[in-house]
Amino acid sequence: MTMLKRGASALACLSMLAATAAQAQMTEIGEGEGALSIVAWAGYVERGETDPAFDWVTEFEEKTGCMVTVKTANTSDEMVALMNEGGFDLVTASGDASLRLIAGERVQPINTDLIPSWDQIDPRLQDAPWYTVDGVHYGVPYMWGPNVLMYNTEVFQEPPTSWNVVFEEQQLPDGQSNAGRVQAYDGPIHIADAAQYLMHHQPELGITSPYELNEEQYNAALELLRGQRQLVGRYWHDAFIQIDDFKNEGVVASGSWPFQVNLLKAGGAPVASTIPEEGATGWADTTMLHVDSEHPNCAYMWFEHQLSSNLQSDLAVWFGANPSVPAACTDGRGMLTPEICTQNGFDDFDKIRFWQTPVADCSQGEDACVPYYRWVSDYIGVIGGR
Amino acid sequence: MTALAETPPRPAREGPGGRLSDALWRRPRVLLALLLGPPLLWLGVVYLGSLFALLAQSFFSIDEFSGRIDRTLTLRTYGELLRPANLDIIWRTVAMAAAVTVASVAIAFPIAYYAARYARGRWKAVFYLGIMLPLWSSYLVKVYAWKLILAKEGIVGWGFESVGLGWLLNAFLAVPGIGGNSLSVSPTGTFLVFVYVWLPFMILPIQAALERVPPSLVEAAGDLGATPAQTFRTVLWPLALPGVVAGSIFTFSLTLGDYIIPQIIGTSARFIGLAVYQYQGTAGNIPLAAAFAVVPILIMGVYLYVARRMGAFDAL
Repeated sequence: MTMLKRGASALACLSMLAATAAQAQMTEIGEGEGALSIVAWAGYVERGETDPAFDWVTEFEEKTGCMVTVKTANTSDEMVALMNEGGFDLVTASGDASLRLIAGERVQPINTDLIPSWDQIDPRLQDAPWYTVDGVHYGVPYMWGPNVLMYNTEVFQEPPTSWNVVFEEQQLPDGQSNAGRVQAYDGPIHIADAAQYLMHHQPELGITSPYELNEEQYNAALELLRGQRQLVGRYWHDAFIQIDDFKNEGVVASGSWPFQVNLLKAGGAPVASTIPEEGATGWADTTMLHVDSEHPNCAYMWFEHQLSSNLQSDLAVWFGANPSVPAACTDGRGMLTPEICTQNGFDDFDKIRFWQTPVADCSQGEDACVPYYRWVSDYIGVIGGR
Repeated sequence: MTALAETPPRPAREGPGGRLSDALWRRPRVLLALLLGPPLLWLGVVYLGSLFALLAQSFFSIDEFSGRIDRTLTLRTYGELLRPANLDIIWRTVAMAAAVTVASVAIAFPIAYYAARYARGRWKAVFYLGIMLPLWSSYLVKVYAWKLILAKEGIVGWGFESVGLGWLLNAFLAVPGIGGNSLSVSPTGTFLVFVYVWLPFMILPIQAALERVPPSLVEAAGDLGATPAQTFRTVLWPLALPGVVAGSIFTFSLTLGDYIIPQIIGTSARFIGLAVYQYQGTAGNIPLAAAFAVVPILIMGVYLYVARRMGAFDAL
């Protein structure tokens, strides 16, 4: 068994070397292969089964004959694991997964000439560093959105102007301390939120990007998070547990996604969201094509579909996100309107620093930054009170 | 075999079933192999096989950036296990499992004693039902229910407030290490839910052990002048010990491996089960998850060894 496996992995290594040498990207789109499998965030690929009004798959299947299957993933780490396993065509990777996939040679370069609507993509996203390496594009932008500060409107008459309500002990407007009444995200990428806060409040640290931290900057961020540990009762990783905590646990402020804000508002809870003066982190997702994809033609048809159909518009409404094609805000191809775009933060692009994977070789120099695997183990330590 | 040959012959039975029965009777080893084969295959291949596959994974390592598994044998993953944050996880889990076990014994012993000694007829049935009933509903439902019960605005907090003892609960929650903002986000909450969920597994074995203790022994101890405490220490406890140890194996090992309760109730600090779940399921770091999974196996190995030295299995 083991021998066989080792032999197989050696073979895989060899074939990967060959693939790297060739770096072959598609030169033309042929007939569809009749199937397409996508690893996606929950709610990202809807065919009208959750709500008949939200469907951007049926039309694609009728037009191209490529039958879509979806594998839902809950975290970026899970997406990377699934793509490493293989057997999928596309993945809607966030910036903290995309570079790992490129480095691991799990995704192939994209020939943008084969995608007619490529020019429609928001210029702010066209060469974004989380999927473009050395001028080569490894995917097609899908959706983006901010990690907002959700707050209880009964405690905060005015929207909080700073993230300090979740980072530093203080009296909230209702006269009580914030200790035990705030939450933070239960994922290592939250270290970047702390770094972004320090970027604004401790400029002497010289942080230029919250994802590129040298040892000193990184330790300052961890120190801030250790202080935050004293304020946080429980960290959130499940959107629905966070919703419950806002209802029953007396939580009044937390970093969150528009998804929870919309659900809580729909349930009549007194909450709202804001992007404070320090700005916010955010996610920008890219559809990437597996290096061993068996259905590349269908995948390229999907690339065009994701940019030109009602997907950009209706998904933005469904998820509380922003389209990668600005025209979707205004041209009425779906339910999206300019007002919803503004509400979802379309105009706040410059305030948002998008998730990317922290790597050792960064703009501060080779091996100058703290890499992601240390973020993972150190954040577990911080949550454990160390 | 020779002994078998000497037994007087018996008329052969009719039909294929009869002939088969005769053939098996003449070859008892074949019968034994047929009966034991399937379960042994199950134990050997499915159970031990998957266990060894897991153990093998723990000797691989992971490429920390791309997340791909490097299938060369190394002890690096076990080295990672010794990082302070990971040692914290192990100590935290073992301490919780020990506390839960001790508390379960303390609560279960009187209940089991009453059920074994005094409950009769219908009351006995009521006791059995009362202990088993929680096992009939879904574990997840119970844990989520406890999240609401222990929440800041839940019934426990409300109860303390309405009898004017809110200050007592708050003073308790202010104790570092066991307190928190509310019971549901404190280690105490995790502890309470663990005890609740695993308690039946402690009561039943203790009750079975106590029912085997002859009442005359307890009476004799009293007649010979032992105080109740002495009777308990020198007669009842040693005789009930096998049941206590059997129950503690349940509560201890179940707490060591659980990953649902600390995820929903408590401070978000990791336990072994949760660490395995996250490293395996979300981080794709199967080697470290496997190494973590080996820890409870080792701990239980030591535990069983000590239990055997204490004579816990002598009555088996």
